[in-house]
Amino acid sequence: MLSISLVYALLGGLLLLVAVFTFMDQSNPKRWSSGLFWLLYGMVFLIGDFLPSALVGVIVIGLALIAGFGGLGQGFAQIDESKLLGSLQRIGKKIFVPALCIPLGTLFGVLILAKIQGDGWQLIEAKNVTLVSLAIAVLFALAFACWLTRETPLQGVREAKRLLEAMGWAVLLPQLLATLGFLFNDAGVGQAVATLSKDYLSLDSKFAAVTAYALAMAIFTIVMGNAFAAFPVITAGIGVPLLVLEFEGDPAVVAAIGMFCGYCGTLLTPMAANFNLVPAALLNLQDQHAVIKAQAPTALILLMCNIFLLYYLAF
Amino acid sequence: MNYWPLLGVLVVIIGFILRFNPVLVVVVAAFCSALAAKISPLHILELLGDGFLKTRTLPVILLLPLAVIGLAERHGLKQQAQRLISKVKGATVGRLLIIYLFCRETTAALGLTSLGGHPQMVRPLLAPMSEALAERDAPNLPLTIRDKVKAMAAATDNIGLFFGEDIFVAFGAIILMHTFLRDLNIETDPLHIALWGIPTAVAAFFIHSARLARFDSYLKAEQQRVSKH
Repeated sequence: MLSISLVYALLGGLLLLVAVFTFMDQSNPKRWSSGLFWLLYGMVFLIGDFLPSALVGVIVIGLALIAGFGGLGQGFAQIDESKLLGSLQRIGKKIFVPALCIPLGTLFGVLILAKIQGDGWQLIEAKNVTLVSLAIAVLFALAFACWLTRETPLQGVREAKRLLEAMGWAVLLPQLLATLGFLFNDAGVGQAVATLSKDYLSLDSKFAAVTAYALAMAIFTIVMGNAFAAFPVITAGIGVPLLVLEFEGDPAVVAAIGMFCGYCGTLLTPMAANFNLVPAALLNLQDQHAVIKAQAPTALILLMCNIFLLYYLAF
Repeated sequence: MNYWPLLGVLVVIIGFILRFNPVLVVVVAAFCSALAAKISPLHILELLGDGFLKTRTLPVILLLPLAVIGLAERHGLKQQAQRLISKVKGATVGRLLIIYLFCRETTAALGLTSLGGHPQMVRPLLAPMSEALAERDAPNLPLTIRDKVKAMAAATDNIGLFFGEDIFVAFGAIILMHTFLRDLNIETDPLHIALWGIPTAVAAFFIHSARLARFDSYLKAEQQRVSKH
């Protein structure tokens, strides 16, 4: 059975190779701290399951300190113009194929490979169909890309290193923020917010209650960076007691539109790093909040729209 | 009720407003909240480690495709994408992104969320195509405007994904809402939750499309301003 641990091993292996190349990269002024970062990050994927949690915690703090205090440097990646021109002629539009192999291959895995199963076994672990399919698609695409471009897989690792270096500390942020979400939960942050909103908001009109629920979903999502984290807290605090029980709104509508109010918040927050900050890094934008600024008008108009939709559809 | 764990939230807000390095802000916030909740330092480390291991699925989508994308970029992926789009008569940034928004939202609504995404679609294809269209009539478009075009491409991918995936009935969010409401003794039909998402999904498409159409006229004005000089 192909399981998520194989995917972790693959990514861990990639990061380990990136670490080796970084240690060897004389053009990177911070090659030792950068290399150490990729080495530690790779270890979390390769052997994280066998380490005591507290040690992983120490590694996490180490990663954060290296990334946070500018320990990640960039090597110099020379662009071979003549090679590029040659490839433009020789390979032409076929270069789209490996890039498109990734989404289409993932789709193939999800729709077809995942159905392959027998008595008590299946080809792909059911819980992680998408990620395992993605890994298979990537391996296939890499093999095809190497054949097409006459490069080695190791050159692929070097290219991955170039893109990782361009992203810098943003690489670490999505996972770190999700971890913070768990920790907030354990520390009782959600309960504190729910109690506060129950005790201090007196909402007698239906419209005020709808507005409060929608805004609370959006704002709490902005703080937590994730609508899934906000939904249980705000729906238990405001949505169910006020909108569903007191004003007798349809719970399916309250939930559906409430979640979308949270998504409007996701579009507005740097805490949703994988959607908002990482793309800015990936596209080399000068302003790290450029994507949020591009999204903000849509998010705010839609949030207003949601308040009215909720008011008219739920009751 | 102990309200002190909210300190962590405050740290996050202040940290982001003052633009400290987000990675450090998150670690400080974690320790503030956890210490305020009287969790012992060793246990904080354990929680951090456990959480980090549990969330390892997140970077997989982001990092695994990089080798392939990097190789393809090195051999002209971007240039080919730009050539392809610049041959399409009547194509503009706004129109390209409206079509992409429609495709992204409908495919996500059918559960095909992996067809887009920042590392595999926006960086290698959508952003360069948009940039090529923006500078087709104004080759010396300033960097700030180019950045706005690329940011809009990324924003369009996010908006299409978010408001499409949530009307797919087997999506995690729908299951989450259904199980959560059941915990509170409220029975709902997952299909209903998915269907009641459609009005917002449609509104999202029209609002963002209208903005993209306006973005086109903004770009046109900028292009004319640049080419006059």
